[in-house]
Amino acid sequence: MPDSPLYSAAAVAVIALAIAVVVGVGLKVLRSFRELGTDAERATYNTLHAASKAGQHLRTGLNPAGASKASKQLRALLGCDALAITDVSGVLAWDGAADELRPRLMGLAADVLTGGRTQVINAGEYPVLSVGRIASAVIAPIRAGSRVVGVVAAFAPSAGAGLVRATSEVADWVAAQVELAELDASRTLLMEAEVRALRAQISPHFIYNSLNAIASFINTDPTRARELVVEFADFTRYSFRRHGDFTTLAEELRCIDRYLLLERARFGDRVQVSLRIAPEVLSTVIPFLSLQPLVENAVRHGLEAKEGPGHITIAANDSGAFAEVTIEDDGVGMDPVQLQSMLAGHTDGEHVGLRNVDARLRQVYGDDHGLVIETAPGEGTLITMRVPKSQPGHDA
Amino acid sequence: MNPAVGIVAIAAVSVATAVIGFYGLRISRTTGDFYVASRTVRPWWNASAIGGEYLSAASFLGVAGLILLSGTDALWFPVGYTAGYLMLLLFVAAPLRRSGAYTIPDFTEARLDSRAVRRVTSLAVVIVGWLYIVPQLHGAALTIRTTTGLPAWVGSTAVVVVVCLTVVAGGMRSITFVQAFQYWLKLTALAVPFVFIVLALTDNGTPAVAAAATNPTGLAPAGPYQNISLLVALLFGTLGLPHVLVRFYTNPDGHSARRTTLIVLGLLSVFYLFPTAYGLAGRVFAPGLAQAGQADALVLLLPGRLIGGPAGELLSALVVAGAFAAFLSTTSGLVVSLAGVISQDVLGGSVRGFRLAALISATVPLGLAFMTDSLALAGSVGLVFAFTASTICPVLLLGIWWRGLTDAGAIAGMATGGLLCGGAMVAGGALGAGGTPFWLAQPAAWTVPAAFAVMILTSRATKKRVPRTITKVMTRLHTPERPLATER
Repeated sequence: MPDSPLYSAAAVAVIALAIAVVVGVGLKVLRSFRELGTDAERATYNTLHAASKAGQHLRTGLNPAGASKASKQLRALLGCDALAITDVSGVLAWDGAADELRPRLMGLAADVLTGGRTQVINAGEYPVLSVGRIASAVIAPIRAGSRVVGVVAAFAPSAGAGLVRATSEVADWVAAQVELAELDASRTLLMEAEVRALRAQISPHFIYNSLNAIASFINTDPTRARELVVEFADFTRYSFRRHGDFTTLAEELRCIDRYLLLERARFGDRVQVSLRIAPEVLSTVIPFLSLQPLVENAVRHGLEAKEGPGHITIAANDSGAFAEVTIEDDGVGMDPVQLQSMLAGHTDGEHVGLRNVDARLRQVYGDDHGLVIETAPGEGTLITMRVPKSQPGHDA
Repeated sequence: MNPAVGIVAIAAVSVATAVIGFYGLRISRTTGDFYVASRTVRPWWNASAIGGEYLSAASFLGVAGLILLSGTDALWFPVGYTAGYLMLLLFVAAPLRRSGAYTIPDFTEARLDSRAVRRVTSLAVVIVGWLYIVPQLHGAALTIRTTTGLPAWVGSTAVVVVVCLTVVAGGMRSITFVQAFQYWLKLTALAVPFVFIVLALTDNGTPAVAAAATNPTGLAPAGPYQNISLLVALLFGTLGLPHVLVRFYTNPDGHSARRTTLIVLGLLSVFYLFPTAYGLAGRVFAPGLAQAGQADALVLLLPGRLIGGPAGELLSALVVAGAFAAFLSTTSGLVVSLAGVISQDVLGGSVRGFRLAALISATVPLGLAFMTDSLALAGSVGLVFAFTASTICPVLLLGIWWRGLTDAGAIAGMATGGLLCGGAMVAGGALGAGGTPFWLAQPAAWTVPAAFAVMILTSRATKKRVPRTITKVMTRLHTPERPLATER
């Protein structure tokens, strides 16, 4: 089949590819010849560049992997022969010459770690220090808050005032990065705590109302009462489960089913629900209990206040690389301005559930994936949620 | 045949596809049917959908045409197309489903923890998709030309317009049911006319057959190299087809992914009985088509030739409808998965980006189809399989089954396979029909091993780059899923 159209098609594709590669490489080469400014500007640039590179590595805190990458950048910045970063218990990274000093560093740094002051050590007092051309060391503490969490040690033939000042500045800078890392960690912890708080926050009203509704059936319709109790048990089992922060859309829909069954025991035919679910997205991973609060919001704040029957439509669609879930009710709606300030966290309103879901979605998928809420007083509410279908990092 | 009948058949299939895509069988229930809604797609549905998406112009028209031309040698095509699923079942289906990644670039990025690998894989996926759409459009052009007498470009343009409209307008949101419908339509469109053909022939008694007619082209059988190379291309190529792999994510877990593949094997086997039968019947009763260079139109013309009158017209219309279903389903499946990749990697993943990407992914192959001629559909699809087998398949297989794969190895292997196979295709085109040596016409037998070898050797040389997440990822790929917490 040598005359096949594919030959020509492939030829076109290969030529286009070749052109793209040539243009790409050409642009790279041209850029490297471009004028880069005066010496001072370049020095500023290089310093800031090295600092930001090292900063990235330290953003996970003081650990061997990050510290060893950062120490390369920092040694270049200080222009010393060797540079070491330690924490309180051991040497994390050593970059440059005189590796044989490494086991002795913790002994040399003991005073700095306890005293918290920059120290200059010379080979005159500590003969062990003279290795190769190295004759002195500047050891500066890394102070995070009031604690000393480690030291930065710079080794050079002589420790001038310039090196001493620069080393303590670098140590302070490392401290700032470490504090940022701790801030990151505590923010994650806070978010996790918030997620837990939300998870435990099945509304007490709902439990109270459901149990009351079930009680009213015990004499009149014992079979139904029994079924409802089982549903209630299943609902709480799902809601209180301990493992995993993620679930599938299918499981979340089952939970909503139980929830609505219990609500219907109370409201009867006043709550009508229709579903339009594309089966492709049923196995999409979503944050645990991220839809149920939206449905509860629709029932509680949309339909409960309304006269006559209300309608909720739950739809899930496949949209390219994303799954799109919408929840629409024809209830009383909300005031957009009030809703906005509530979502921004300024006021505590009735719709705390919405804010929690919104915050969790933003935390997990980024700011583009918050809830989109279209509403006006008396006009009902439409809530849209978009999550990526591919989430290899998240286990349902 | 009467052009109007053909046009009506084509219009009916296009409208049915669009309507099912928009409203049709999306699960739409009211209160109380939550259990039905939250149940994921059953393996049977999913398997039909995979069959519908997979059976392209090459299977519907090309296989019969090739059997008409080269006899039993061409049987390797249906065998390879089907057996590729055995490979998929054994090596890829369940681990890929467990990976949680949604596209092949997603998978490679998660497995190798590298953006660069993702970009290279995306490029390979887009090239494969475009090359695969081109023969579909050629098939459409051929169908329009032979059945309605309209100019050929109308056919390819019609397919692209219908696909673009449904995808861009937000149809195809529930593509599973559309594709499942297409499979059964294609099967019916081939099986029913053939049953009538058999009945008609037994009634009239078989016409006398000249001995020469059983091999109308007089071509010598292909050597073992060509057959082995073709089989390598088809077996390994199936593993990497983007539009097929995406379907596996509709399965809720690895177990049902396996079940689905098993059913697909059965469905494909049944389907391929018919193109084969058409091809053999063509050798006996319509050898003239081979000489006239119309071999690919055999399936379209045979019912009309052997059964005259209005019955023949109707059966022809059915076949034309089936053929169009094949072009539409494969093209729309490819466009959706390509648009997913392009919009995510180039356009930032917004809704509007997806639409733009869908337009790009449908119009580029249309341009390619206009620039090239349609000859031997099954053969050109076979070359796309060779390209897939040399690029995407090695990274999938090694990524799933070998801990040592590194990002550098993956990129080097894909580049080698892509350049070798692409180069062979271009060289073959430059040398023309007569001048291409056999090893260049069927490159898979050496490009696939070369891609694997380069991937393995480069990975060994860059051992340090094995991602730190390897144990976690491998555990996820190969251990059974935890049963769902709410299952009762």
